[in-house]
Amino acid sequence: MKLVIAMLMDGVIYASWLFVIAAGLTLIYGVMRILNMAHGSFYAIGAYGGASLVGFYLAGGYPPWGAYFMLLGAALIGGTIVGLLIERGLLRMMYGRDEVVMILVTYAILLILEDVIKLIWGVDAYFAYQPYTLLGRTKLAGLSFANYDILLIFVSALICFVLWWGLNRTRKGKLLQAVIHDRDTAAFLGINVTRMFTVTFVIGAVLGALAGALTAPGISVMPGIGVEVIILAFAVVVIGGLGSVGGALLGALIVGLARSAAVHLYPDAELFVIYGVMGLVLAFRPQGLFAIATARKI
Amino acid sequence: MFIPFAKKSALVGLLVASAVAQPVLAADEYKLGLVTFLSGGAAGPFGVPAQNAANLLLETLNEGALPAPYNAKGINGRTIKPIYVDEAGGATKQSSEYRNLVERQGVDAVVGYISSGDCLAVPAVAEELKTLTVLFDCGTPRVFEDNSFKYVFRTGPTTTMDSVAASYYIKDIFPNLKAVSGINQNYSFGHESWADFYGSLKGLQADIDVPTKQFPKIYAGQYGAEISALMVNSADVIHSSFWGGDMEAFLLQGAARGLFEDQTALLTTGESAMYRLSDQIPEGTILGGRGPFGIYAPDNALNRWFRDAYSKRFGTQPTYPAYKMVQGILGLKLATEQAAAKVSGQPTTEDVVSAFEYLEYEGPGGKVSMNMGKGHQASMEMVYGRYALKDGKPAVTDVRRYAAECVNPSDNMPANEWIEKGMPGAKCN
Repeated sequence: MKLVIAMLMDGVIYASWLFVIAAGLTLIYGVMRILNMAHGSFYAIGAYGGASLVGFYLAGGYPPWGAYFMLLGAALIGGTIVGLLIERGLLRMMYGRDEVVMILVTYAILLILEDVIKLIWGVDAYFAYQPYTLLGRTKLAGLSFANYDILLIFVSALICFVLWWGLNRTRKGKLLQAVIHDRDTAAFLGINVTRMFTVTFVIGAVLGALAGALTAPGISVMPGIGVEVIILAFAVVVIGGLGSVGGALLGALIVGLARSAAVHLYPDAELFVIYGVMGLVLAFRPQGLFAIATARKI
Repeated sequence: MFIPFAKKSALVGLLVASAVAQPVLAADEYKLGLVTFLSGGAAGPFGVPAQNAANLLLETLNEGALPAPYNAKGINGRTIKPIYVDEAGGATKQSSEYRNLVERQGVDAVVGYISSGDCLAVPAVAEELKTLTVLFDCGTPRVFEDNSFKYVFRTGPTTTMDSVAASYYIKDIFPNLKAVSGINQNYSFGHESWADFYGSLKGLQADIDVPTKQFPKIYAGQYGAEISALMVNSADVIHSSFWGGDMEAFLLQGAARGLFEDQTALLTTGESAMYRLSDQIPEGTILGGRGPFGIYAPDNALNRWFRDAYSKRFGTQPTYPAYKMVQGILGLKLATEQAAAKVSGQPTTEDVVSAFEYLEYEGPGGKVSMNMGKGHQASMEMVYGRYALKDGKPAVTDVRRYAAECVNPSDNMPANEWIEKGMPGAKCN
């Protein structure tokens, strides 16, 4: 029983973390058809921004619970500024190019932002562990879990719900879906596709930065963290189907639970299992679990 | 446009002359290539402290202001000019960078390399180019076990002694030890550290149990499932050779979940985090510093100077990579000056190699004996202690020192074979 609870909890917590990272990535791809390599940099900027803001805030002697708002603020400010700069300053000049070209462009942005991060924050590690320890822990079947990690499950569920509601139950969301289905027709119908792209890219960037900011309290924030997560995020969105928020959720759950089971039952397969699952899914459904297969225009 | 013949000839001559001219080296300048991580995950915990230490030391050496026997200016009177190279990028890139340092920059010697992969790749190039090279930090014992090099030296001890001393220490501290778990990074350093630790512990106590051993990916950052596995499969001690951000994340996440309340963590590189995470490391955690470095360094004049000058300049205490960088440069300086004392003028590389082999000298971490790897590999004593807060300040208690002859194999035996055979010839107190 203890083992089953451990596997389930670890799997769901890991999946929540993966989903927050992958949600922005898949949203941007779904709307803009850009496989955004720079998403890892948004994550890193959120983490560095969160750690810095929490550090400044707590050094000022303010109430510790306010540190959570600092994390959210860092994600919102960092994601919006960087997202706007990249979309308005560079990507808008590239729209309509081949998807492979866009991968190369965003990879270049990732490399540039890695150096920008180094210029701003240096190479020393940053810590913001107070929000992680402040909430205490909960015992389940004799195992302790950090309440911060449990909170992450709810945050992830909330993000999933807001994205679903926003896309399916609001006018703007329905306009966005029209752009997703056929951007040319949507433009003919009077939808401002360019603005939709900007808004989507900024939301995706904020989600990436939020994932970093929420992760910062439990890790040592250091150079290279963005590059590490982007590969995992790609595995998740590929399993679920590129461009599908529901697919990202399912992909994150599959990867999280599979990895957790491997760590507990056969640790040597911990890394293999993530990419093993991805290979298996792609072998039977190359478009991913949730994406609909479409004919390719030649 | 018409250019008079004389002017044209002069111009062509100037161009030809500048094309064929070799860079003019100042006769009193010693060009030193220094290679450490300046970017990536290893820069913060290792590369930058090592670079800081090198900058501080070279400035002091060039002023001739270091305590004796290092008080002669520069290296054998020549002012040291550092040329830094970022170690990031992998072994193939480092081999090219090394060639660049020697063939284009014209360095006299190279001190560097933190990654074991780089330490296994670069020596072949060093031998080909016949350039004196000092490996200062990497730990794999395979560098001199699998090969015999003339121009390559390693002044830092190997990982073998970290692991062997760790097994001695927990046997000393926990006489009723029953079970040990492990969490180490999934690459050569992590696997070698665990294999040496478990092998030597098995030699000391045959019936030791291992409830779980975990090898997460390097830079994974998230250890929730591994921490649960360590909780489900409880042991007396959790061995980890995690370093840098991985170790710090594991400490933060494990402490928040109470992992270390029932099990004691043994962190072979933990000393490097004791100031950064002083209020997060549980008291009683066993900390190693990859040698007698940092808080385990002896109270000698060199160490007093180093700790004082480093903390004044950089606002923090030096950790073991900083010590090991200083140790590497001082070994090179001493060998060069001892070689110079036997010849007239500047010694050749071969003269310095002869002086460096089997050299014994004092560094800020104490005695360094180049008595392994046919005189090319250093051995040192190894120290472990337990973390404690004294008057709110980070400190260590239960400190135990293990002589170099106790925790290192004899010169003619590979480390894994020595451990497998039950560490024959180990001279422990």
